[in-house]
Amino acid sequence: MLMQQLLNGIVVGSVYGVFALGFTLIFGVNHIMNMAHGTIFMWGAFAGLFVVLTFDAPFLAAVLAGAIGGGLLAVVLDFFAFRPLRKRNAPEFSSIVSSIGASFILLSLAQQVTATRVLRFPFETFPVVILNFMGLRIQLLQLVIVGIVVVMVFGLLFYLYRTSYGRQIRSVAFSESTSKLLGINPMAVNFQVFFISGALAGIAGVLIGIVFNSVHFMMGEPLLLRAFVVIILGGLGSIPGALIAGLLIGIVQTLSVAYLSAGMADAIVFSLLFLVLLFRPTGLLGGATSVARVTRS
Amino acid sequence: MLTIENLSVGYSGIRALRGVSLTVRQGEIFALIGPNGAGKSTLLNAVSGMVPAAEGSVRLEDETITGRPAHRIARSGLIQVPEGRRVIAPLNVRENLELGRQAAGQRGSDSSDLDKVHSLFPILAERRDQLAGSLSGGQQQMLAIGRALMGRPRILLLDEPSLGLAPVIIREVFNALVKLNAQGLTILLVEQNAKMALETAHRAAVIEQGRVVHSGDANALMNDPVVADHYFGRAAA
Repeated sequence: MLMQQLLNGIVVGSVYGVFALGFTLIFGVNHIMNMAHGTIFMWGAFAGLFVVLTFDAPFLAAVLAGAIGGGLLAVVLDFFAFRPLRKRNAPEFSSIVSSIGASFILLSLAQQVTATRVLRFPFETFPVVILNFMGLRIQLLQLVIVGIVVVMVFGLLFYLYRTSYGRQIRSVAFSESTSKLLGINPMAVNFQVFFISGALAGIAGVLIGIVFNSVHFMMGEPLLLRAFVVIILGGLGSIPGALIAGLLIGIVQTLSVAYLSAGMADAIVFSLLFLVLLFRPTGLLGGATSVARVTRS
Repeated sequence: MLTIENLSVGYSGIRALRGVSLTVRQGEIFALIGPNGAGKSTLLNAVSGMVPAAEGSVRLEDETITGRPAHRIARSGLIQVPEGRRVIAPLNVRENLELGRQAAGQRGSDSSDLDKVHSLFPILAERRDQLAGSLSGGQQQMLAIGRALMGRPRILLLDEPSLGLAPVIIREVFNALVKLNAQGLTILLVEQNAKMALETAHRAAVIEQGRVVHSGDANALMNDPVVADHYFGRAAA
């Protein structure tokens, strides 16, 4: 039973990690707390659901649609909500307010479109296949999700640390002005960062939508709050931190639901946050390795 | 090569640069000297597109580059090595150099560029895997220059390359600049170390309070009693 719950926790936690990765990436590069990240996740889930319902598309196409939908939405968000502020060198606080505003617009839009209903992926979107392994009941879906997460994480790390594009992203994260002197176009970098961030959120949206078999306009909001916990635990701007903390939160939450009560889950997660802040104010991995180390210059 | 005409820059009401005109000729080292706050760095940053010009124009050969975004100016071959080096600290030496290729843009770059930088500053080859932020000041200056060279500059702008470096390292950096110039690179140099700058440059200008107050042959400026009085009195002390 415990192992079974741990497994469920790892699956959910890995998706939290991916969600938080996108959040922390934008924070690390642009110093923006993107409060609309949860709505991008939700719209990503809608994009996936849309292609499934309309074109009878298979599972992987839904994931792809979530990635593209989320990515494009994030780019549009950057264009309207953040770029005008960047141009004026507005303080970082204004981007928080601006993203909250954007998230309300995106939320209400989703509420209107769905008439506040809870939508579901059709059952045949992903066949229920259960594998028995050492007494554990593992769903094929769970394996596929963990597989997708692993591929995304390694893909992201490869992109950031082994390609010229990634080098440019890390350069802009460190100093936008110096990067410009080197011929790096910060607008192109921002485009990539927002697209990647939104794609990660969108994929997470489709996966969570399928796992919990529910897609609705508020689905992103609790996740956004948990993402705060994840990135604070993991250390702001840290990629490995976001993943490890994501897994941890997923496990803690699943175990709380299983052994205590569903209502207590968030209370426990946030108590954990308080404890870590008391004893390790920079997060579990904070300050050690961050891609996108948060440096102002 | 580089023609600056009547360039003015204002920061929130304060005129940092008032109608500066200068010409840097192909193949020369041109030095800008002057006291702190005279507008030397502002001039470089206006030319590089980092601060907007209020008036005037900058031409690189026949192209007018005024008003272009900074990264496009870098890509057109005018590359600045900024004050304080500004290496990308969390990236290693090799990655910093690779970043410099961005400025080469359509002019292209290949493995020979890296070899050239390594032969100019062998220490950068030795330290290739070390994080840029952990280098000494002199090594960071070499990295910043090497990084700019990776972009195949048509003209190299340097802002206070001697700042905070030990005399022996300053010598090494300036020797490298002279060597690059001998290979045909045009250099515009901003320096507070007037003696060093005038000894290295072919021509120079003195900037005070946002204006060019003297300009001409570097040797002549060095022997000009007014300039000597102002700048070597302190530099020699």
